[in-house]
Amino acid sequence: MRKIAIYGKGGIGKSTTTQNTVAGLAEIGRKIMVVGCDPKADSTRLLLHGLAQRTVLDTLRDEGEDLDLDDVMKVGFKNTSCVESGGPEPGVGCAGRGIITSINLLEQLGAYDDDKQLDYVFYDVLGDVVCGGFAMPIRDGKAEEVYIVCSGEMMAMYAANNICKSIHKFGKVGAVRLGGLICNSRKVDNESKMIEEFAKKLGTQMVHFVPRDNVVQHAEINRRTVIDYMPDHAQADEYRTLASKIDNNTMFVVPTPLSIQELEDLLVSFDIMN
Amino acid sequence: MVVKKDKTELGDRLVHELQEFREVIIAKYPKKVAKKRAKSIVVNNPDNPPEIQANVRTIPGIITQRGCTYAGCKGVVLGPTRDIVNITHGPIGCGFYSWLTRRNQTLPIDENDSNFITYCFSTDMQDSNIVFGGEEKLKQAIREAYELFRPHTIAIFSTCPVGLIGDDVHRVAKHMMEEIGGGINIFGFSCEGYRGVSQSAGHHIANNGLFKNLIGRDDSVNGSLEYRVNLLGEYNIGGDAFELERIFEKCGINLIATFSGNSTIKKFENAHTADLNMVMCHRSINYVAEMMETAFGIPWIKVQPIGARSTIKMLRRVAQYFGSKKLIDRVEKIITEEMIEVDKACKDARKFTVGKLAMLFVGGSRAHHYQDLFEELGMVTIAAGYEFGHRDDYEGRRVIPNIKIDADSRNIEEIVVTKDSTRYKPRKTEKELNELKVNGLELGEYDGMMKQMGKGTLVIDDLSHYEMDKLIEKYHPDVFCAGIKEKFCVQKMGIPLKQLHNYDSGGPYAGFKGAINFYQDIAMLVNTSIWKELKAPWEGDAFIEATFVC
Repeated sequence: MRKIAIYGKGGIGKSTTTQNTVAGLAEIGRKIMVVGCDPKADSTRLLLHGLAQRTVLDTLRDEGEDLDLDDVMKVGFKNTSCVESGGPEPGVGCAGRGIITSINLLEQLGAYDDDKQLDYVFYDVLGDVVCGGFAMPIRDGKAEEVYIVCSGEMMAMYAANNICKSIHKFGKVGAVRLGGLICNSRKVDNESKMIEEFAKKLGTQMVHFVPRDNVVQHAEINRRTVIDYMPDHAQADEYRTLASKIDNNTMFVVPTPLSIQELEDLLVSFDIMN
Repeated sequence: MVVKKDKTELGDRLVHELQEFREVIIAKYPKKVAKKRAKSIVVNNPDNPPEIQANVRTIPGIITQRGCTYAGCKGVVLGPTRDIVNITHGPIGCGFYSWLTRRNQTLPIDENDSNFITYCFSTDMQDSNIVFGGEEKLKQAIREAYELFRPHTIAIFSTCPVGLIGDDVHRVAKHMMEEIGGGINIFGFSCEGYRGVSQSAGHHIANNGLFKNLIGRDDSVNGSLEYRVNLLGEYNIGGDAFELERIFEKCGINLIATFSGNSTIKKFENAHTADLNMVMCHRSINYVAEMMETAFGIPWIKVQPIGARSTIKMLRRVAQYFGSKKLIDRVEKIITEEMIEVDKACKDARKFTVGKLAMLFVGGSRAHHYQDLFEELGMVTIAAGYEFGHRDDYEGRRVIPNIKIDADSRNIEEIVVTKDSTRYKPRKTEKELNELKVNGLELGEYDGMMKQMGKGTLVIDDLSHYEMDKLIEKYHPDVFCAGIKEKFCVQKMGIPLKQLHNYDSGGPYAGFKGAINFYQDIAMLVNTSIWKELKAPWEGDAFIEATFVC
């Protein structure tokens, strides 16, 4: 079983990219569980065709400790297992602690056991690694592969670099490795080349360049992944390619994060500052 | 009084040994630790107290005696008041372990008088309250407490997780005050355990809360208009307040409020109608004394009614402050009356106590106060220190302007107090104050512990376990005064330990009757051989012989 965490700047398209990739992997017969680690609980919406899900933490709160896996796990597109960790409303309580609690609970309930015959677990984590709770998926024994979704926009690259710092820290003592950057295009000049260069400097690779296409929006409005909504569209093939690249990936590294100066120099050299 | 002033001068040899001891202890520590600890272990000079490092972060791993900020706020200052419902917002352990462990006593005046101190109120936070926030559970706890007990005042105390997840206890307090209505007073304390370097931060936070939410809410003047005083920093451990109340009543001194032994909220609200504040535990409550002086014009004096001579001194100072012949005569008459029994008890006890050694490492004032009692018993305090005192508690208030304010102190809210526009009333004219000063009554002053301790004694702040072990090993004191965390380790070393946080099962020790109790308890303690009989299994003669079977 490969355990993968998807990180990246808020709003970069982590959930969309994750679910479309999962759809691609499911199509080629992989058995997958998706764990949404975002209090907004929208990481499985496209696979489930809507927010039909009760989150782990809501269920835990309402039903107490005595619950079954079926209470929190729903079956989505092509037999994928979907779980939302959930969390408090903004400004209240501790979302980080929520993720820790819910991942521990999933383990106790046997969500990862061999009898589930999972090929993949995907953790879709919100925004930056702001506290210990959001680093939970990359702690020892959890996700061992991380993919960072980014674009050629400066702040997305800053965020990616910061996430690399976390992986660097945890990777030194644990099994977590960076599998690569996924460029979710924002149509920035020289975007593909710049991210490739950025990846090289980090000691990793750009796994795939996902071009921007409006069909993603249309599919989202219809609560579907592109593969589900328009299987013959070229964008669906992009996601299939990404899925297959991840499926065949063998390059796993402890990244070497850049200093702020190096990162800015990189941006300047690609002429973004004009 | 038959007790002669016999603050035994330490022999040259002992002074030299103590100095050497300091060097040996420091040499054992790693370099950085040694550098820091060296500033907190000083050899005393009462004529010119050396600077001591105090109220700074404990070195991790050193096994400190200290407690947390929450403990100082909830457990120490607000805990002893009987008619307030104190709700601990946090996991159950914080509430449970701060529940009556100091043996604070209280005496409701009749059946209608509320007494909640035997209850333990907690929100019992669980994992899901951490994740989703605990404010709703807190509101529910307040509703339930109100429905069950109908208190007029409720306080909320924040524990560590509350600060981490950002529950707003002050907003909840306001909300619930409106929801319940009927003039109920509800307020919160941001006294999360990690907020300061020790419980001392909690005392300061509690003082601010007392002043903001309680003192001055009720202007009615109750009781006699003569000799109106408050007693600050007295927590009625083992019944101390009862003895002091008895003495004041006998002298005709009108005690308006005690903060907070045997106290009620009504008395706090009324405290600003007194004409003098007596500060007993300087560390935990000097802030309230200062604020009341600024806002209402009430001067304060430091008192330490622990020990018969110190109690006499207190009474004479109060009489001198009010300057009434009637009070002065009455106080003298009562001193004479009370001292008959005290002198007798002291004489009896001294047969067993003179020349014995004591060490005190406790509190933020207690390690000072109890030296008076040991002096009366002819015992010598060769080493002492506070858990959470500040430099002014050691060196005297004169050093306050020179105390470095560090980031940890800035973390505690400082409230700005100004003259109350209608109720500020100077109790004495400038001329009267000057006269008092000329006649030796210093208002708003405290000389600290070092002035009273012998030359060459050791003063150690925030004593570590290692230092305690070594002190005992080398000097075999006849009694060691500390708290429950030290008690059993010390007793296993064959030395009796007297807890001065809660008096074990004894007390009262304040005032005249208290002094008698202390004389008797200490005479017994330093002469019992029971602790010396204790031997660990490997210290005995018995041994087992065996051979290896090949």
